[in-house]
Amino acid sequence: MLVKESVQFFTHVPLWDFLTDTQWTPLFDDAHFGIMVLLSGTITSSLVALSIAIPLGTIIAIYLSEFAPFSVREVAKPFLELLGGVPTIVYGYFALLFVTPILQWFYPALPGFNILSAGIVMGIMIIPYVSSISEDAMRAVPMALREGSYAMGATRFQTATRVVVPAAFSGLASAYILGISRAVGETMILAVAAGMQPNLSFNPLEPAATITAYIVQVALGDLPHGSVGYQTIFAAGLTLMLFTLLFNIAGHMLRKHYREAY
Amino acid sequence: MAYAKNLEEIRALIASHKRWDLLFACVGVVALMIGVLTFVALFADMAIKGVPRLDWDFFTSFPSRRAGQAGILSAWVGSCLVMLTTAFFAVPLGVAAGLYLEEYAPKNWVTDIIEINITNLAGVPSIVYGLLALGLFVYQFGFGQSILSAGLTLALLILPVVIVATREAIRAIPQGIREGAYALGATQWQVCKDHIIPYSSAGILTGVIIGMARAIGETAPIITIGALTFIAFLPPPPVKAEPPFVSFEWLTSPFTVMPIQMFNWTSRPEAAFLVNAAAAGFVLVLMTLAMNALAIYIRYRLRKRIKW
Repeated sequence: MLVKESVQFFTHVPLWDFLTDTQWTPLFDDAHFGIMVLLSGTITSSLVALSIAIPLGTIIAIYLSEFAPFSVREVAKPFLELLGGVPTIVYGYFALLFVTPILQWFYPALPGFNILSAGIVMGIMIIPYVSSISEDAMRAVPMALREGSYAMGATRFQTATRVVVPAAFSGLASAYILGISRAVGETMILAVAAGMQPNLSFNPLEPAATITAYIVQVALGDLPHGSVGYQTIFAAGLTLMLFTLLFNIAGHMLRKHYREAY
Repeated sequence: MAYAKNLEEIRALIASHKRWDLLFACVGVVALMIGVLTFVALFADMAIKGVPRLDWDFFTSFPSRRAGQAGILSAWVGSCLVMLTTAFFAVPLGVAAGLYLEEYAPKNWVTDIIEINITNLAGVPSIVYGLLALGLFVYQFGFGQSILSAGLTLALLILPVVIVATREAIRAIPQGIREGAYALGATQWQVCKDHIIPYSSAGILTGVIIGMARAIGETAPIITIGALTFIAFLPPPPVKAEPPFVSFEWLTSPFTVMPIQMFNWTSRPEAAFLVNAAAAGFVLVLMTLAMNALAIYIRYRLRKRIKW
């Protein structure tokens, strides 16, 4: 389906223009279709989100699996699961009306719509996905490996970073990959809090549209079935899909490469 | 002398390693707190802004141009009907697929491909499902921008969740139970019907509830298939006074759902609508939290009760 509509789109717009044009104005008379513009928004927001989600998610996972007492773990895990269950539109509202004002307090020149606040909230949303899969992976590391490390006189921190994390690396990699695909495909937070202005820029302080936000924007307006504008969202969706597929394949290969057998 | 000095060094080394240990434990608690506090802030922010707006009228009014009179009647009715349709399609299909893959399917390359597909499906962004549904359900099959299209889309979206939960629940049943039933002469279908499905039902239920909680909060795919944001009427009622009593007209009716209503209010500039958005968001969060909590509770009960 995606491919069919996209093929129709590419009969109107050459692939080369699609990849290299630096403007994205499909609905104007002077139409330009440069996916780079949307891609830059997607990449910037994902980078902001991942720079929060991956370190925090990993630390939480290490803490919960190696350090935390049983009672903390029993309370914290369901709480994190709830954090992952909150609808994304609610996160979007939170980013726009709670996080952005706080950021503006620190940096008054920040526009009301910006990638930074959307990215931060997106990162917090992704934390549970990263931490729960990483934790499962670390808990699957056999106890004997830890005991061996302790017997050599290693502290818990040393055991965690030098024994458990390398042993669980394939699981960690798949957690990160899942986090990346969530970030790339996230829609509502960005549509609400990052604005819908296509903008070729990697500066997180500016408003920008992502691939997903563009699809929402087009779908909200009434576009006739079969028009070029209608086909653009399929082309954009195909790009998105290829992106996540690429990450999934990379994750699969990473897992295979680093899998440890016990 | 050298011995004492060496001892000092070792002690210092151990102390510094222990400090690292402590430091990391603190960092871990802080990281955890960031997650938990965000959740609390999110919830409190919405509760403070939204709860004063919650009253009986809010649930029984249609959306309006005047923020003070607007309500979420069409939104929550739409959400319920869409969820009903979703469950109707996703649960039987998902359970059947899970059962087939675990109990019936031979281990060959076909099942391998299906398995890889299911894992990949879980990673596909939800908006891509929306595009697929827009092309397939709305235009190809001609269902239009209806509750049926939305229900099918969300069913597709939560199908991997249901399938994975079913398979995990089935895999947890010990082989001995199957062998016992076979030894008494049961057929494969009898084993599934009388043993596998009943024993795995709680696990399946957990998966279904988590899937539904996800579906109820999904906005993007429903916007893509073209849910309207301003609906001031209800779909035709499913139960009628005259025979045949049940009508399925509501399936083809246009609709709106809670997240879309909230999105609409959030994207308006007037402050009064933002209060409405907070109230709608509060209701939405409560709904998903209640569903998730129920799933966690069932899982907890399950883990305690079952001893094979």
